[in-house]
Amino acid sequence: MADEVKSPAPPPPPEGEKKPTAEKPAAAAPAAPAKPAAPAKPEGPVPMPWTSPLVEKYRSQYGSGLDAQTYLGQNYFSVDRSLIPDILRLLRDDDQFDYCVDITAVHYPKREKQFDVLWNLYSYARNERVRVKTQIADGASIPSSVSIWPTANWLEREVYDMFGITFDGHPDLKRILLPDGWHGHPLRKDYGILQQDQEWVQINLGIESGQ
Amino acid sequence: MSVHSNDSMNEMSNLDLETPEKPYLDSNELIINMGPQHPATHGVLRVILKLDGEKVLGTECVIGYLHRGVEKIAENRTYAMFNPYVDRMDYVAAVSNGLGYCEAVEKLMNVEAPPRAKYIRVILTELNRIASHQLWLGTHALDIGAMTPLFYTFRDREEILKIFEKYCGARLTTHAFRIGGCQYETYAGFEKDVKNFLTHVAPKIDEYEALLTTNRIWLERTKNVGVISGADCIALGVTGPVLRASGVKWDLRKAQPYAAYSEFDFEIPVGTNGDTYDRYLVRMAEMRQSLRIIEQAVNGIPEGPIMGKVPKVIKPPVGEIYHSIEAPKGELGYFIVSDGSTQPYRIRVRPPSFVNLQALDMMVRGLLVADVIAVIGTIDIVLGEVDR
Repeated sequence: MADEVKSPAPPPPPEGEKKPTAEKPAAAAPAAPAKPAAPAKPEGPVPMPWTSPLVEKYRSQYGSGLDAQTYLGQNYFSVDRSLIPDILRLLRDDDQFDYCVDITAVHYPKREKQFDVLWNLYSYARNERVRVKTQIADGASIPSSVSIWPTANWLEREVYDMFGITFDGHPDLKRILLPDGWHGHPLRKDYGILQQDQEWVQINLGIESGQ
Repeated sequence: MSVHSNDSMNEMSNLDLETPEKPYLDSNELIINMGPQHPATHGVLRVILKLDGEKVLGTECVIGYLHRGVEKIAENRTYAMFNPYVDRMDYVAAVSNGLGYCEAVEKLMNVEAPPRAKYIRVILTELNRIASHQLWLGTHALDIGAMTPLFYTFRDREEILKIFEKYCGARLTTHAFRIGGCQYETYAGFEKDVKNFLTHVAPKIDEYEALLTTNRIWLERTKNVGVISGADCIALGVTGPVLRASGVKWDLRKAQPYAAYSEFDFEIPVGTNGDTYDRYLVRMAEMRQSLRIIEQAVNGIPEGPIMGKVPKVIKPPVGEIYHSIEAPKGELGYFIVSDGSTQPYRIRVRPPSFVNLQALDMMVRGLLVADVIAVIGTIDIVLGEVDR
């Protein structure tokens, strides 16, 4: 199905699901096509400002570099890159977010700062989760949090492997899931689903193509 | 080297024989590979061991041999199409994977599965937890040298797989749940089969314990082997039975209940020493707690629909969600970003095996090579989930 999609363009929805979108414009073609689309969007829940003593504390400390929101009951901070890793260290030391659940990234190729880097934190004492998000540009690096949570070691290596984001101060930043000599970072949006490092495959596996 | 002839002493004159710390023989550190094709690494895991004789000085895990790019595949599939793929991560606990994924998408769409579906989900997931622990016990004991438990556990795991097969047609990668509920109503005789299983398997767990719990060889091989403290577990992000065996009483089914778990009465077994033996005891106790949960669920299963109000085309609103469940191996989380289309913009799987495996190095330092096998087994990894 979507297998044939080679590169950047977002893959088209599969055949069977085209129908509803195809029917709508046909019905509302002569009138205003924008109208039926407009009320459809805010139907779902929207991110709300997140208020709590924790937020107040960080807001008074960091001011405009920090935004706190809640969506579907989940809280997150959107912070300026310059606050990393200070805010992460404070969250662990002062607010008991002692368990770093996950570190990951999301690629938005059309944005100026292409990557969202996320830290997904949990506090055993508070039984509470919080996400910390920051945006960085392609090629920019971000301070490592291995000294805050040792578990960040492999998680950061995976982000590096999949997105090519470098973490400053990581003790051993190298690929983890793909082979060391591989070119390209597969979870970037401009990396096609069938794309491979053919040269690596030919040299190391002795076959023409991995497909 | 206590006796030397004069000749050999002269040859070794460059050695400093005065200071006792320096040995007569220089023992070189040895670097050897364990795996990737090694039956005791439970898949294709390669561990590079740095050894001083038999003693482990350090390890490095080389992973990725089973990497299939599950997260990339997700971005090119619709939400419903990706559902079967999650079964292929932790393939011995496929039902848990499916539960986590379906609940994450449901949360993102703001829909809820009906109560009956939730109960069916709990029954199948707990059955799968027992199956996963049975497979772990059989292979872990086999690694250490006890062969019989493997036959016992596989014999009894078969009963669970039969229930899965009757329910959805598949034994291993079940794809049992759908976004919004369950695809299939329980078959006629489902409750009877589950109740039969409960009465059948409870004494079998005692049988496993009779083989191992007080077995001297088992005790020698597992007591004080691969010790990890609760604080280290938290720092390394380790979850699941490994964390609980180190004395941290934390289970997502209690801490942040999902599905119908808040309605059931069960305990969280914890250990004290954080060694391989305690992890064994914790998993054995967990199987019994799972039986308790299944019993309550199968007796209280409500009537009603099994599918929630989910549109034919699954199109979650723009947003992101993190949802995690207590899989047999630890916290299994899904972070989903939706751009409002039929395909997820990004799905991140937080795999418990991957994170737990990171603790291997700390757990085996100073132990012997044979203990590495025991520790790999006790962490309970599935390489399909580590590599995704």
